[in-house]
Amino acid sequence: MSENAKLPPLPTGTVTGRAVTWAKKNLFDGWFNTLLTIGSIAFLAWLIPPIIEWAIINATLEPSIEACSEVTGACWGFVNANLRLILFGTYPYDEQWRPLLAMIILIGIICASLGGVKYPSVRKWIIPMWVIGVPVIAFLMWGGFLGLTYVQNSYWGGLPLTLILSSIGIVFAFPFGLLLALGRQSNMPALKTLSVVYIEVIRGVPLITVLFMASVMFPLFLPDGVTIDKLLRAQIGIIMFTAAYLAEVFRGGLQAVPRGQFEAGESLALPYWKSMRLIILPQALRLVIPPTVNSFISMFKDTTLVVIIGLFDFLGTVKLALRSDPAWTKYYVEGYAFAAAIFFLICFSMAKYSAYLEKELRKGERR
Amino acid sequence: MTIATETKNDALRPPSSEDVITVSKMNKWYGNFHVLKDIDLTVRKGERIVICGPSGSGKSTLIRTLNRLEVYQQGEITVNGIHLGDDVKNIEAVRRDVCMVFQHFNLFPHMTVLENLTLAPIWVRKMPKKEANDLAMHYLERVRIAEQAHKFPGQLSGGQQQRVAIARSLCMQPKIMLFDEPTSALDPEMVKEVLDVMVELAKEGMTMLCVTHEMGFAKEVADRVIFMDAGQIIEMAEPQAFFDNPQNERTKLFLSQILSH
Repeated sequence: MSENAKLPPLPTGTVTGRAVTWAKKNLFDGWFNTLLTIGSIAFLAWLIPPIIEWAIINATLEPSIEACSEVTGACWGFVNANLRLILFGTYPYDEQWRPLLAMIILIGIICASLGGVKYPSVRKWIIPMWVIGVPVIAFLMWGGFLGLTYVQNSYWGGLPLTLILSSIGIVFAFPFGLLLALGRQSNMPALKTLSVVYIEVIRGVPLITVLFMASVMFPLFLPDGVTIDKLLRAQIGIIMFTAAYLAEVFRGGLQAVPRGQFEAGESLALPYWKSMRLIILPQALRLVIPPTVNSFISMFKDTTLVVIIGLFDFLGTVKLALRSDPAWTKYYVEGYAFAAAIFFLICFSMAKYSAYLEKELRKGERR
Repeated sequence: MTIATETKNDALRPPSSEDVITVSKMNKWYGNFHVLKDIDLTVRKGERIVICGPSGSGKSTLIRTLNRLEVYQQGEITVNGIHLGDDVKNIEAVRRDVCMVFQHFNLFPHMTVLENLTLAPIWVRKMPKKEANDLAMHYLERVRIAEQAHKFPGQLSGGQQQRVAIARSLCMQPKIMLFDEPTSALDPEMVKEVLDVMVELAKEGMTMLCVTHEMGFAKEVADRVIFMDAGQIIEMAEPQAFFDNPQNERTKLFLSQILSH
């Protein structure tokens, strides 16, 4: 109460009046803040106009090298001219509507699942949606029957490949990571040792190594004649790697749930898995939403590393486009800026969703 | 015999002669530390037992062995005719009949009060949701807290939470209830509301083992009071004999300490 009494009365009057009051209170209270405010404004004034000038005012969208060489700003024409190569990689040109449609379906299912999870009427459709959606996406991408020509997955590339690798990565790494975390906490020595060794070994090596092992070493151990698809190997490598990190995140959450919660479950005769599913995991996972999403974001960006084993993800296709014609090569800033913008858009959406999810879950408990 | 004692005898049904818990020569160690030493205890159906003793005497550990929250290394425990050993089926069977109320309530914070109560009936007893809800509301009314059914545990006072915890146990319709210092974590003004519920249960003939220092409760409802120290049962007697004429020096010392204020 006494603190409230000290606060100045709410500003009244005109909008400008309120803005001035706000600025005085937040930007110019004391010489130090005034200095910081002026310094920041000067810095932004120095930084932003040239960027706008380069990216918008002096830029061109025209997809020709001639138009680009005439302007002093950004050559978005490079992206414009190579858009389909950047988006879909080496997927046969006439068939590129298929990855486009597959991508739209995938994004649609993801958005419906994430947004609909709080409505029971939508929630019951989430699993059927994936069960139907994934085969449809696979059919569109591979084809091979019903009039669609077969497209080998070594031709897949670009944004659909990035999205497929990361969404399937998340869907499988999540439960696998959870099992590893539970295994590490297990009373059974063999299971515990196995989980610890797995987590520590995988965490201890770079993803590049895991991908190399999956692509070069792993086939050496297979019997003659047995081959496992390169894309599948990369996908498994990503899942294995992410699961090890997630396992440690989940373990943190499990440790934060009080011992009494486990005991309460036991004393009500709930078997281990039911107790986990109904009592422990809902609490543990809620606690670790921020680091879990952190892992997902870093995994999403790490999918770009598949380029080293010859798969062209979204960043890989940008490089491919830059090399497609020597005349375009000097517009790499535009190419990477475009790729960065798309990556940022997706990662930022994940971060925003995580914040939303936390808020939603808190709302429940404090109602 | 005064009228008062007659009503008391009326309200408190004497336990039957049927044994529901048998503990014989039970020993437990934590590493090298001998926590429970040669425990022998028989509990009859409908009997109300209060266990007291200084902290670290093993009283909580003892009742926690009875639903296998703690393992023991030597001896035998039989509950409701089921041998309590490593067999998971047996453990789950025993836990369906033996419920525990904890010092820190251990309600599930992410569920409403009603969901806390219906969880075990639905998932362990396979009861239809509607029926489980009715059962839960019935017991919430019993502990006089039905109006809080849709709140979350964090929004309730300690006394209310403990009453919810008792109702949650009752929803399993247990044959035996274990209370592990149910009032120790409560503010003083909330102790009575929880004890009142426990007294009612005792009068209905529930088999109860209660670790507590509430000696008024022991005098009012207990059939036997057990005093433990250093992992052993030192003294076991009816409340009147226990409080008026303790035999062991350690019991006398303990009683003088806790009854002096």
